[in-house]
Amino acid sequence: MKLTRQEVQNIAHLARLELPEADMPAFVENLSDIITFVDQLENASTGDTQPMAHPLNMNQPLRPDVVTESDHREDYQRNAPAVERGLYLVPRVIE
Amino acid sequence: MHQHTLSELSGLLAGGEVSSVELTRHFLDRVASLDPSLNAFITVTADQALAAAVEADRRRSAGEAGPLTGVPIAHKDIFCTAGVKTSCGSRMLDSFVSPYDATVVERLDAAGVVCLGKTNMDEFAMGSSNETSWYGPVRNPWDLERVPGGSSGGSAAAVSARLAPAATGTDTGGSIRQPAALVGITGLKPTYGRVSRYGMIAFASSLDQAGTLTRSAEDAALLLTAMAGHDPRDSTCVDVPVPDYAAGLSGDLTGLRVGLVREFLDDGLDGDNRKAIEAAASVLQDLGAELVEVSLPNLGLSVPTYYVVAPAECSSNLSRFDGVRFGHRCEDPRDLLDLYERSRSEGFGAEVKRRILTGTYVLSAGYYDAYYLKAQKVRQLIAADFREAFGRADVLLGPTTPTPAFRLGEKTDNPVTMYLNDIYTIGANLAGLPGMSVPCGFVNDLPVGLHLIADHFDEGRLLNTAHAFQQATGWHRRAPEGAFA
Repeated sequence: MKLTRQEVQNIAHLARLELPEADMPAFVENLSDIITFVDQLENASTGDTQPMAHPLNMNQPLRPDVVTESDHREDYQRNAPAVERGLYLVPRVIE
Repeated sequence: MHQHTLSELSGLLAGGEVSSVELTRHFLDRVASLDPSLNAFITVTADQALAAAVEADRRRSAGEAGPLTGVPIAHKDIFCTAGVKTSCGSRMLDSFVSPYDATVVERLDAAGVVCLGKTNMDEFAMGSSNETSWYGPVRNPWDLERVPGGSSGGSAAAVSARLAPAATGTDTGGSIRQPAALVGITGLKPTYGRVSRYGMIAFASSLDQAGTLTRSAEDAALLLTAMAGHDPRDSTCVDVPVPDYAAGLSGDLTGLRVGLVREFLDDGLDGDNRKAIEAAASVLQDLGAELVEVSLPNLGLSVPTYYVVAPAECSSNLSRFDGVRFGHRCEDPRDLLDLYERSRSEGFGAEVKRRILTGTYVLSAGYYDAYYLKAQKVRQLIAADFREAFGRADVLLGPTTPTPAFRLGEKTDNPVTMYLNDIYTIGANLAGLPGMSVPCGFVNDLPVGLHLIADHFDEGRLLNTAHAFQQATGWHRRAPEGAFA
């Protein structure tokens, strides 16, 4: 299926990506090619086949609901672009 | 020294013929002098490697050494390594220093391996040529104008060029087996859940699996024994006992049923490549295996299925990169939306963006049933085909790739052409099966790989098949000539 520029822009917004104007034609073309390619799944007769949920058809294991993690905030915040007094800094959200 | 396999080096260390410090220096010297022409490493950890080598030699003299104590290896830069940059081949993580070790790294460290450094890869493991890396493409040691395959291209090139005796890798759609084939080494992707994914940066969580790039099946067996096993920190890591894979290599194939997959050997495979695969099948037959023909009728749908499922999971996994807690952040964001959008747009390369966009599209309202749900149903059909085939055969056989290594830049303009490179490998990921690529000959002086697939948790039989093949042929001992010999 051929995607329009507007559709690609909408998807980009949902994905929180900003696509430069200059790159748009290539993205529209490439994504259209990819979607056209995967469109062949339409013709597969899947009948009442159950969708696969896990490659080994296993259930997720359960564990007791107890605290297993220790506090590593300082270690983790060393990789943060901006922190202050143990908090992650972002642009002002509420005026 | 660098021509020895990991298993041979293990023997030399045990016999006191070489120390870990000597070995480590030797490989670090090779990396320093030869890697500039390959670009296989993103980070070389020389100081840590030498310190680990000293410790390994101490362990050995104290009588505490195991088979891997003191052998140098390299880790794909997708595995978190505490205190060492872990980039995943992306500008997004260019300044990321992992606060913890991946389970794979932790287990190999405990076994005493020496990590030489972190290898180059396609960005976030998305690519089949190592050309999507933020750190530039890796070159194939057999022909520097050609790609080494991807996404574990740095690990593959490093092992092929004898810059490291072995390396770790990850395989989501062929990212261990395809590069192993293109550079003439042995690649093993274990069963989904055999090896912990904890600390392995996620691409598509229902497909990702850690494995090995080595010079022989014997080496792969040694490493897998140390890497595999239950890990409560990865809820999909399966609690199934880990055999001693190296001890299980009898080399005996008597009674083994080898399935020739009709769809692997059809017209899509070019003549010389086909001859190499057919010759390999004859070798297995001479070794006592029985050849049977099997069919995987839905295999033709595996690439389109993958390119719905994998991007969908990637778009979800990569939403964590938001410029707030770690990773790249844009300069002077106007507001929070601008912070997210510009940080992600600057941090990710074109292929990663295409996959995020594809995944977002197939998961978006109105399209979910037609794409994602449909793909998960087709995936079930593909898995059922494999189940049926394993009723008739123990190991399936085919080529790893349609062609030998292609030229740099040859397929970068058309993503779908690039995606079709993984046509033979993706099925095993969709069904969660273990697969291997072993060198089986040359086409136009470039190595080609034999692809073997086994049933879930049957790595032992898979490795033994590859081992017997390697005992009977010498393809895996061939090294690139010239500078890397």
